Amino acid sequence: MMKLLIALMGLAVMMPTSAQAFCGFYVAKADASLFNEASKVVISRHEDRTVMTMANDFKGDTKDFAIVIPVPTAVKKSQVNVGDIKVIDHLDAYTAPRLVEYFDNDPCQQIYRREMMMKNSMAPMAMSDSAGASSAKALGVTIEDSYTVGEYDILILSAKQSDGLNQWLNQEGYKMPKGASKVLKSYIKQDMKFFVAKVNLKKFEKSGYSFLRPLQVAYESAKFMLPVRLGTLNSKGYQELLLFTLTKNGRVEPTNYRTTKIPTGMDIPLYVADEFGEFYKAMFKTAVEKEKMKTVMLEYAWDMAWCDPCAADPLPRKDLRGLGAWWIDDAVDQQPIGRPVSRRIMQPQGGPLNAFVTRMHVRYNADTFPEEIMLQTTDDRENFQGRYVLRHPFKGKAQCEAAGEYYDGLKKRFDKEAKTLANLTGWDVNDIRRKMEKNGQSFDIKEAIKNEPWWEDMWNK
Amino acid sequence: MFCLYMCGMTFLKAISQDARHFQIMTLSALLLVLLFWSDFAPDPKIIALTAGATLAMQFIFFKALKIPSNDYRSPLITALSLALLFKTNLIWLYPLVGAVAMASKFLIRVNNKHLFNPANAGIVLMLVLLPTHAWVSPGQWGNEIWLGFALISLAAIVLNKAGRADTALFFLGSWIALLMARALWLGDPLSIPIHNLQSGALLIFAFFMISDPMTTPNNRAMRFVFALCVAVVAYILQYVFQVREAIFYALFAVCMVTPLLDYLFKNEAYRWSRT
Repeated sequence: MMKLLIALMGLAVMMPTSAQAFCGFYVAKADASLFNEASKVVISRHEDRTVMTMANDFKGDTKDFAIVIPVPTAVKKSQVNVGDIKVIDHLDAYTAPRLVEYFDNDPCQQIYRREMMMKNSMAPMAMSDSAGASSAKALGVTIEDSYTVGEYDILILSAKQSDGLNQWLNQEGYKMPKGASKVLKSYIKQDMKFFVAKVNLKKFEKSGYSFLRPLQVAYESAKFMLPVRLGTLNSKGYQELLLFTLTKNGRVEPTNYRTTKIPTGMDIPLYVADEFGEFYKAMFKTAVEKEKMKTVMLEYAWDMAWCDPCAADPLPRKDLRGLGAWWIDDAVDQQPIGRPVSRRIMQPQGGPLNAFVTRMHVRYNADTFPEEIMLQTTDDRENFQGRYVLRHPFKGKAQCEAAGEYYDGLKKRFDKEAKTLANLTGWDVNDIRRKMEKNGQSFDIKEAIKNEPWWEDMWNK
Repeated sequence: MFCLYMCGMTFLKAISQDARHFQIMTLSALLLVLLFWSDFAPDPKIIALTAGATLAMQFIFFKALKIPSNDYRSPLITALSLALLFKTNLIWLYPLVGAVAMASKFLIRVNNKHLFNPANAGIVLMLVLLPTHAWVSPGQWGNEIWLGFALISLAAIVLNKAGRADTALFFLGSWIALLMARALWLGDPLSIPIHNLQSGALLIFAFFMISDPMTTPNNRAMRFVFALCVAVVAYILQYVFQVREAIFYALFAVCMVTPLLDYLFKNEAYRWSRT
């Protein structure tokens, strides 16, 4: 009965030009060089205390950007912070789907393995200029608070009528998408406040940053949800969102949408190492389409105290605290940083960390995700990761009876990898086969080796 | 052919004999679908532990109270409902919740009727006593399963000539009305309440918990009041207090007034078997 929560919801607005929703958090120019890369949100939550960190890959002109986020309670200046995009990127890389490489033994001996990981990169968000309070009252809009944090000018608004709020925001230069008024009305009736942020250009120039840093808001509320409705308003396509949660207990799950795990653990062709980004995109697309775009995909769920394999260096405690995991004691930061890339398996150390990370990936629009994503923290601590395996065949020359069997098996194995990859990504299986051949995964490897001149590897040239 | 016909007839006879046969079949089918289809389906081990506990508990109480019966149907329904709804990371909590559920049936009684639906009591007690370890995952159902389940459940009502299934319909009617009213008040599109209604947990609740004939008032009008109260309490808990498991708490709370409703409006108590 006591699992209560709150949350925010956001919409950002591109000021002078028309607007397009972007991942539920801001609205930006429709035709701009603005690609919907995943917007990233980190929610840290324990009990009713919630910290939300929002980063969007905004690539437009900073002065053209603003954001409107519904928040469950009024937010004071001290509850807002400007975070570090690197930390979010770090968490992204740390939880991203990963490739693992294994090298076959000499069939007539044994193993070692190596991991690789993939990183997705992302950029921050931006906003614009400040607002006049004069007409606000006339329109039933109350400016509850206004302050500057970092490079952002922030207004906390409450309103009695959505039309007034919509009109006021439009007057102030925020191009609200069509239909915004209806959604705003719903929020107003639910007693939500509105957090409006834009870039203070002077401060931004002074800061020396070339991009906008993520905004962080801390609040205490029973509502635990991710508001996505405003963001879907005027965007025709799908929004992409990576939602990371940090909790003390365990995995976070949506209560009003189905969760599906991304496919994991498969052996795939070696050439995928060079196009893992493409693979991830295609694999994700195939997986969500299979679920008719109606599920939240779980990509990672793991205790932050360890990883196996680690796709990136573990996050220091102070960074986890910075992301809102207030319950973590950062006095002793014993986590190793900068471990060698080749082998990254971190065992629990430095005392209990008490942080569990969940990475959810959502591709949504107003049809498939009509309502906010309601969340709950569970006590499920079962580990899950997106992990794909590259198996390198034995490169030396094996000469024994078992070798014949091994080489016979390879052709079958390669073909299975090709089919697996085709299933996972929807790519043409023959294209895959051709690429595999080109990359040395010959389907007639036994023949190829047979035909190799006998002197070829005699002197290890 | 003849054999098939005979099997079919025996099957139908068994089903129409007792509403619980159909319930067991529906819940098992649902569980099977989830096992093959959901990434978060209950482990078969968990189902076995829960069912073992409910059956054992029923057996123990029957022996202790010297009841000359060995009914397996009610504990099975309780176990299946729990397996479909209840989640915990502590494996021993599964048999415990099963045992607590069945114990509540024998220990918390008023006027020779148990006060709470066993599965509901088990879930609520665990949520209250071990809030961090117990939860309900209502989001594991897709539209297709939901639709199939809704149809089968409705069929069950028709087949069983609505023993006490009216309570399920009263509740669903009230709940739908409340969600629709909320959407109208907020100016939300109807896709929101419709999406909200597509919850497997809601259906299990409606068709297997709140409609439990043993824990609903004996008088039909009072059953309507009862169902309406559950819907209203659940609505307040869910939308004002943001409680995710609102319906379960609501039923638990409202069940406490059932004896009063029975006292005020006297009708004959329900009996399971109709043969």
